Amino acid sequence: MSSTNPNVKMVDSHTGTATTGHEWDGIQELNTPLPRWWLIILWASVIWSFGYVVVYPAIPLVSSFTTGMFGWSSRGDVAAELNSLKALRGPMVNALNGATLADIEKDPKLLTFARAQGKAAFGDNCAPCHGAGGGGSKGFANLNDDDWLWGGKLEDIQATISFGVRSGHGKARDGSMPAFGRDGILKTAEMSQVADYVLSLSGLPTDKGFDKAAGAKIFEENCAACHGPEGKGDMALGSPNLTDKIWLFGGDKASITEGLTNGRGNVMPAWVDRLDDTTIKALTVYVHTLGGGK
Amino acid sequence: MSLWQKHAIFEKNSIILIIGVLIMISFGGLIEILPLFYLKSTIEKVDGVRPYTPLELAGRNIYLREGCYNCHSQMIRSLRDEVERYGHYSLAAESMYDHPFQWGSKRNGPDLARVGNKYSDEWQRQHLNDPRSLVPGSIMPGYPWLAKTELDTNHLDQHMSVLALEGVPYSADMISKAAIDAKAQASDEDPGELTKRYPKAVARNFGGRPGVVTEADALIAYLQMLGTQVDFKIYDDKANLR
Ligand code: HEC
Ligand code: HEC
Ligand code: HEC
Repeated sequence: MSSTNPNVKMVDSHTGTATTGHEWDGIQELNTPLPRWWLIILWASVIWSFGYVVVYPAIPLVSSFTTGMFGWSSRGDVAAELNSLKALRGPMVNALNGATLADIEKDPKLLTFARAQGKAAFGDNCAPCHGAGGGGSKGFANLNDDDWLWGGKLEDIQATISFGVRSGHGKARDGSMPAFGRDGILKTAEMSQVADYVLSLSGLPTDKGFDKAAGAKIFEENCAACHGPEGKGDMALGSPNLTDKIWLFGGDKASITEGLTNGRGNVMPAWVDRLDDTTIKALTVYVHTLGGGK
Repeated sequence: MSLWQKHAIFEKNSIILIIGVLIMISFGGLIEILPLFYLKSTIEKVDGVRPYTPLELAGRNIYLREGCYNCHSQMIRSLRDEVERYGHYSLAAESMYDHPFQWGSKRNGPDLARVGNKYSDEWQRQHLNDPRSLVPGSIMPGYPWLAKTELDTNHLDQHMSVLALEGVPYSADMISKAAIDAKAQASDEDPGELTKRYPKAVARNFGGRPGVVTEADALIAYLQMLGTQVDFKIYDDKANLR
């Protein structure tokens, strides 16, 4: 920063730049100081850091650290942010919490709010199983048709979402289809006959030479208890209607036989412990208004 | 000669320069890193966090082997939007038995820190086998070989011994029973002493294939455990501000 002899300013004859006065084997070092703007930023940062140390947690001590003027912490900060979010949504959330599910659907403003919140929560939590628009896929129920496994009224939907299906939760919807083949309840030929019978219920093509009376008998003895004598299903047991051409696991003989062999019982997790009441309410309304609500 | 002139000593002796640089850099470490090892207030003991069971550990190894961390982080930061989407922010204690931790910052896919119990085993199986059969737009690759490959439990005990050296409290009993515990956890039958060794460990046929313990069993057991060890209904947020 200064030359050996501050009184004599040495200047490089080629460039006209002052030198530092250092000399190595006859080679001298040019003195090109840092640009002013750079130095200003450097010193401003140094000054800023003193302020930062006073205001924010900074210096480690023996068993703790300096907590800063306002006791800021990142966890405290996120708690405050969540609270202010709650306050922002407050009036609408309170209205949502206070209203019954049916009232929410009658109030256009509440409905819009509930659907918006429901849609966001659906994308994060439900879409991976039920599809982005609720269309479902094999084994994962379609939520926008009016064919319901466990009931399409608001209260039914709320209960399904809260406690899940075969989720292990105490209040979960329960009941599965036995593994007729694996457990040796039906023989392969019998499974084929009853599978054809199931296809015939909704008028789908069956194998040639299929004995409808025999199929009907097997159905009555093994299946009617859950699926009803006419195969129209039972929402209390979650057993699907087999006559409506709407299939959860596929309406071809192979899929039906696979189900008869290994049983069916797909799981939907319970959400009471993961999502708060308001979110579940919003989701209920969202699902109900997807198109098939009863 | 003013003090400024002294830098000639550094400039002319590279060894002295290197030593000087090392001293300056170590200040950073001493002040920023070292205190984290002794400051009581930065080390949080949390109820419920336990070492991984052998099956979960095997699953974690598969997670590393397949490079899931290239697309998935495992840390919910203490930011509003993250807490809104994923749930309670992650605690350091939740990854205290991770060597190395899987926090990461690469998020081509969602954060997985609390994915445990979010989906069913069936969904996890199908998703690992063919993600696009469930999520049509997914860019996650399929891992169909996991369900087809039997899990190798031979070296789990050795891995646990190494982790024990690193401070994970695996007892000699836990280490010697590693293979037995791994098989027990992957079946629907009574897992025996598993939950005595690993409180609240969940045992079931995660992989879906009866009678065979596959790599899918291990990975799904690991995924279904993520973020479920701490009970946030009893965790005291206010007492643990930091
Ligand atoms: C792990 C996959 C999975 C996730 C995630 C999931 N579900 Fe489901 N859900 C299912 C399955 C499987 C069924 C069908 C159960 C059956 O077969 O009886 C179902 C059924 C339902 C039903 C009943 C449909 C009917 O016909 O009665 C509703 C309503 C529902 N889900 C809503 C939701 C909502 C809302 C969410 C998000 C909070 C959600 N689900 C998340 C798998 C899932
Ligand atoms: C204990 C009750 C029960 C009995 C008995 C039963 N089922 Fe089921 N069945 C169910 C349930 C519950 C489901 C839905 C499973 C699910 O949602 O995961 C189902 C699903 C089905 C499906 C799939 C429907 C679809 O939409 O894809 C078919 C087909 C079926 N059963 C046929 C039969 C036949 C044939 C029999 C008799 C041999 C039978 N079931 C006996 C409860 C039963
Ligand atoms: C190329 C990037 C990529 C890799 C590698 C990858 N994933 Fe994914 N993952 C994604 C994306 C994108 C999603 C979101 C779409 C979906 O659900 O498929 C996702 C979703 C998931 C989900 C569901 C998360 C949620 O909350 O919805 C799980 C669980 C998961 N991945 C596990 C894994 C595992 C285990 C591996 C390693 C075997 C893995 N992923 C490797 C990109 C990836």
